[in-house]
Order: sequence, then C-alpha cells, then structure tokens
Amino acid sequence: MVPIEYYLGLSAILFTIGAVGVLIRRNAIIIFMSVELMLNSANLLFVAFARLHESMNGQIFVFFVMAVAAAEVAVGLALIVAIFHTKRSIDVDEIHLLKG
Amino acid sequence: MLLSEAASSGPNFFFLVPLVVFIPVIGLLTNMIIGDRIPEKIIGIIGSTASGLAFLVAVLLGISLLNHPDGAIVPLVNWFTIGELSVDWAFQVDTLSVTMMLVVTGVGTLIHIYSIGYMHEDVRHKGDKKRYKRFFVFMNLFIVTMMVLVSANNYLMLFVGWEGVGLCSYLLIGFWYEKGKDGIGNALAGKKAFITNRIGDFGMLLAIFIMFWAFGTVDFYEVFEQAPAVAAAAPWVLMAITLLMLVGVAGKSAQIPLYVWLPDAMAGPTPVSALIHAATMVTAGVYLITRSYEIYNLVPEAQAIVATVGALTALFAATIATAQFDIKKVLAYSTISQLGFMVAAVGMGAYVAGMFHLVAHAFFKALLFLGSGSVIQGVEYGQHHAEHDSNQKNELKQRGEEQIDPQDIRNMGGIRKTMKITFWTYIIGALALAGVPPLVGFISKDEILAEADNLDQVIFGIPYTDIVYILLTVAAFLTAFYIGRQVLYVFFGKPRTLAAQHTKENPLIMTVPLMILAFLTIWGGGMNLPRVHTFATWLEQTLQHLHLGEFDLRVAIISTVLGLIGLLLAYLIYYRRYQAQHDLPAEQRPDDPLRPVLGRVFTLFENKYWVDELYWTLFVNPYVSLSKFLADVVDWRFLHDWFHDVVIAGLYKSYTHWLAGDFDLKIIDGFANWLARIVEKFASWLRKSETGYVRNYALSVFLGLILIIGFILLR
Repeated sequence: MVPIEYYLGLSAILFTIGAVGVLIRRNAIIIFMSVELMLNSANLLFVAFARLHESMNGQIFVFFVMAVAAAEVAVGLALIVAIFHTKRSIDVDEIHLLKG
Repeated sequence: MLLSEAASSGPNFFFLVPLVVFIPVIGLLTNMIIGDRIPEKIIGIIGSTASGLAFLVAVLLGISLLNHPDGAIVPLVNWFTIGELSVDWAFQVDTLSVTMMLVVTGVGTLIHIYSIGYMHEDVRHKGDKKRYKRFFVFMNLFIVTMMVLVSANNYLMLFVGWEGVGLCSYLLIGFWYEKGKDGIGNALAGKKAFITNRIGDFGMLLAIFIMFWAFGTVDFYEVFEQAPAVAAAAPWVLMAITLLMLVGVAGKSAQIPLYVWLPDAMAGPTPVSALIHAATMVTAGVYLITRSYEIYNLVPEAQAIVATVGALTALFAATIATAQFDIKKVLAYSTISQLGFMVAAVGMGAYVAGMFHLVAHAFFKALLFLGSGSVIQGVEYGQHHAEHDSNQKNELKQRGEEQIDPQDIRNMGGIRKTMKITFWTYIIGALALAGVPPLVGFISKDEILAEADNLDQVIFGIPYTDIVYILLTVAAFLTAFYIGRQVLYVFFGKPRTLAAQHTKENPLIMTVPLMILAFLTIWGGGMNLPRVHTFATWLEQTLQHLHLGEFDLRVAIISTVLGLIGLLLAYLIYYRRYQAQHDLPAEQRPDDPLRPVLGRVFTLFENKYWVDELYWTLFVNPYVSLSKFLADVVDWRFLHDWFHDVVIAGLYKSYTHWLAGDFDLKIIDGFANWLARIVEKFASWLRKSETGYVRNYALSVFLGLILIIGFILLR
C-alpha cells in the first residue's frame, strides 16, 4: 500500500501548481483549468483519507465536488463565451471595470 | 292637628322633593324643543303647569311636614368628592325650605299665568314674537334655580342656585336687550345687575372658602355642629364668614352699598320684576341669613352690622321712593326698603319676623308689581287707541303726547274709573305695604318693629336695636307716604294724558292672579296672628330656640298712626293740593307739588342721592381708566410694543441670527464638512486597493486564506 505521505505530497504539489496558475496566468481558460487542478488535489486527499480511515464519507464528497465542478465549468465557460463576445478577448487583465 | 301628637305618622312625601327641581326642568325643555311649533297659549300653559306642579309638590311636602316635623334630607347624587370634602346634591326638606318653596312656586305660578296675558301684549307691542317662548323658558329656569337654592343642604349647592338665579335675573332684565336708552339701555341694566351681584358673590365665595378651611365641610348641619367650638377657639373666623356672607346678601338682596342694580333691573318685563326682583330672588339673602342662624347667633357684632345695614337701607331707599316718577322705580325702591326691613329683622335675630315679612312681601309686592304691569299695559293700550283715531291723533299732536313714557306716573291719573279690578287690587296691596291693619303687611311689619323695640341688644356700648327701631319706624312712615303718593298719582284725579283717559281693563288671565294675590294679602296675616304664632310654631321645627315676637300694642299703635299720617299727608299733598294746581297752565304747574316746597332735597331724592354718579366717579370711571391704562399702556405699549417686540423678539432675532450665521455655518457645518473631508481622504486612500485586476483579488483571497490557516494552526 502506498503510504499516505505520498498522496499528501502529490496533492500539495497539484494544489500549488493550480494556485500559482490562477495567480499568474491571464488567459481565463487556463485559470479555469488551474481551478480544476486545485479541486482535484482536494479530491485526491478525500479519497486517500477515505481509504486510510476505511470510511465512505470522503468518497461521497468527491462525487459532490465533481458534480459542483461540472456545474461550475458549465457556468464559467458560458461566462467566458459571453465576455469574449463583447471584448473579443479572454484576457482577465482587460476585464477591470471594478477598478476604483 | 297638633304637631306634637301627630309626630311620625301619616303620609310622607319627602321622596318627591327632587320633583320641585325636575318638573320645571321638563317644562323648560318642552318649551325649548317644541316651543317654535306650538301657539303662544300652549307655551304659556306648559310653563305655568310646570310651575304649578312644582307648587303641588311643595304643598305635599308641607302636608308631610305636618306629620313629620323634623323634615328630612333626601340625597340625590354625590356631586363630587375631593379628599375629605364630599359634596352631595341632597335636598333639605324642613319647614324653612318648604316655606320658601311654597312662596316661590305659589307666587311664581300666579305670575306665570299672568305672563300668558302680559307677554302676549308685550311681544305684540315690541315686535319679536319668538321671544314669547324664550320668556317662559327663562321663567321656568328661574324656578329651577331658585328651587336648587332653597332646597340645598349645603352651602355649595346653595351657591349653585344663588348663581343660577343671578343668571336668570340677568337674562330677563336684558330680555328686550335691544331696547332702552340708546338701544343698549336694557343690556347695560342687565350687565350692571350681573356685575354688582358678582361683587356680592365674591364675598359669598370667600365665606364658603373660609368655612371649608375652618370646618372642612360645607354641609349646613355639620357646620352648625362645629360652630360653637370654632366660635370659642377662633371667633374671628365666624366673624369673617358672617360678614362676607353679608356682602353676598347685600348683592343679592339689594342692600347698601350694592343695591344700585335693583332699580335698573326694572328694565325687564314687569312679571319678571314681580317674581324675581320683588317676591323671590331678592329674598334669597334673607333666606341665607335665616338658614345660617346658628352661625349668626354666635356673632352678635355681625348681627348688629347686619341689622344696621338693613335698617339704613330701609330708610334710605324709602326716601328715594318718595321722589320717583317711574311707576316701577317707586316699587323698586320700595322693594329695597322692604328688603331692608327683612334684613334688619334677621340681623336682630328675629328670624320668624323676617321670614314672615318675606312671605307677606312676596304677596303684596308681587300684587303691586303685577298691578303696575296691568296699568302700564292699560296706558299703552290707551296711547295705541288714541293714535289710531283720526280725531284724537290731532289732539295728541296738539298736546305734544305723541311719544309718552307709559311708565311715568305723571302721564297717568284717573285710572281708577277705567281699570276697576286693577285699581281695587292695587289699593289692597298699597294698604298692606303702608301697614294698615288687618292686612298682612301690617302684621308682619309690626312684628319686626315690635322685635326691634323689645330686643335690647347692646354692641360696643351702642343699643343698636333702638336705633334700628327708630330707623324702621321712620321708614314705615315714608313707606305709607310714597305708596299713597303713587296710588294718588296713578289712579286718582283727572287723566293727565289721552292715553290715561283711554285705558282699558286687561283680560281675566291677568286680573285673576291679581285677585288671588289680593286675597292672600288680605288673609295672609292669619298665618301668624299675634299671640297665636302659627307660622312661628311651624318654623320652630327648623329654627330652634326661637325668639317669639311679642305683640306690643304701643308699637302697633305708633306704626299704624304713622302709616295713616303718611297716607293722609299723601292725600293732602297729592290729591287736594295737586287738584288745586291742576287747572293752572302746564308751564306753571309743578310736576310734583313737593318740588317747590322741598327744593334741593327733592332733587336729591329724585336723583337717588347721586349714588349711581358717585359710584361712577369713585369706582367705575377709575376702573375703566385703569383698564384703559392697563390695556393701552401696560399691555399694548409696554408688553406688546416694548417687551414683546423689542426685548423678546429683538433678543430672539439676534440670537437666531447668530445661530443661523456663525453657529450653524461655522461650527455645525464646519464639523460636518470636516467629517466629510476625513472620510473622503480615507476613501481615496482606500480606493487604491481596488485595482480591478482579477488576479489581484485572487491573490488577496489566497493570502487571506493563508493568514486564516496560519492563525488556526499557530494558535
């Protein structure tokens, strides 16, 4: 059996890549993908701990996360398409109407 | 039936006593509500019936009192309770109050009936027919308030009636308020009566206040119970109460110095003069003193003052009455004089004599007043008759009689032939007033004189009863003289005007009350014959330890002889002498044979000692000037123009100017603006954080997350 530390390490690496991606990339699609990475690092941990504790709760949570992620992607992509229609770009730095 | 035997048996109608108040209330309400839609006669019948039924109740009460001589107190409602003072509207039924009820409702009913005829002519003559209803409403209201006055069992309830009758008097004096001198004469007379009475009421109120302060109650019997103790502890309290009450009595019963309103009150219709200003209301003061006899008996000094005031008034008014030419003014001064007799009597402690004279006076003075009303209407008719006859119209013009005063006795004369019933009844009333035996006026007046002669009371070293006796005897002589003069002027000799020549007797509705009153005047003396004392025994149930007046032949002979001399003198002067002068041309003929003889003295009497003018100079004018000064200078110029406009408004203006200018703009606005600038600066600094870049926000969220996790972990 693979020790839990490995899962933790992999999950941390995945999360970090996702977080950094969200922070430094300007393409909205890429940011979206990075968010998916962070979600999946969490999923990985859920599954790993579910196995470690021999409990099904974690596994069920993963299903919920996947469902929410799917919904989010559907809404998010629709938004991105709408923004693209008006701005002809999906660069998030150009969407700064909230600037004070 | 002897009183002692029948005590506490037989029918008892005391519970009916509220009806003496409420039946007239029903009468006046009925007339008020439907009076515009029913004929005059019915209005009169309703008014008279209400008064008559009240009389019936009073008779039932009198019958009950024969069997239950102690009377009763019939409570109706609790008027108010404040702290320890509880005042009930309760009815005092005893021989004293029932005597007053009988007189007021009895004479009142006769006068109501008389008014049906009199007011019919009066409203026709003066023009406003709607006032017929108003007259009967006021008359019933008077009966109501007078009943409240005499049936009260405490001083406060009595005061309610006291004020109520004053109001009715005011309303009825000003009944023809648009008539009189300059169109406001009658209204002014009403005002004068009201204000003069107000002065008296002021004393009355103070007396009640002191009573409450000293006794803690205003109930008659509770006050009387405590009175001896208070008299021993603080005699000045009772002195103050009795003297302040005397002020009230002087106002209501027209005594010196507040009598001046009564002659002017003759502006009211004649039945009003008869009922309110002669027979009943003005006797309220006498009733008050009699009712308070237990207090007065404790203060001999106050009694002496009351008696002296009464005696002086009796003489003073009698002298004025000898030189008046208005038929009603003569009777008005006569009333003041007779009230003086009563007040003098009750002042001396001769309560029975005073009350008896009150009853007797109610009969014969109502008779005289109603008779004078009959004469006045006869003259008005005569004038009217002459005006509408083409021949006589010219004669009127020649004689300069187009406008004559129907109340001036100089315009009358010879009326005995045309108005026979009025003449004979008037003669009876006049003889009673003059004190000719055996009429009621003789017996009652003689009792007062006998008491004054018998009582030898000395106050401050002065035997005041002797002085009272002398004053009253002279007044009695003058009384006979002035009433003789009036009768001779009015009824004897030749008619001096066409109007007097064409007078006509009034209908039965007016003459029957005269006949009834004449009957009472003749036989009323039987109520209290000397040595029998029926009336005294009756009143003794209420007034304990009465002093019974003893008949004194000497006094009776002196007063009768003086009375006859007065009448004879009047006959000589106003019949013989006047006849002799009658044929002289009008310019040389004096209007009064005494005028050239008495000269200035006559003018003094005719002008009523210039007391009215004196009061004007002493009180009214200074008061008006003071009011004007207060209004113009103090109120308007000082308070309004200077204090309000300059001081208060000026200060306020400069203050608000400062508030609006410096304070508001600089301090309030400054603070608000400073606050706004601070917020603005902070905000403009804060807005720098809002970059609009998604990644910046994301970084903030991320850092925040790290901070929270770090905090949780490292805690």
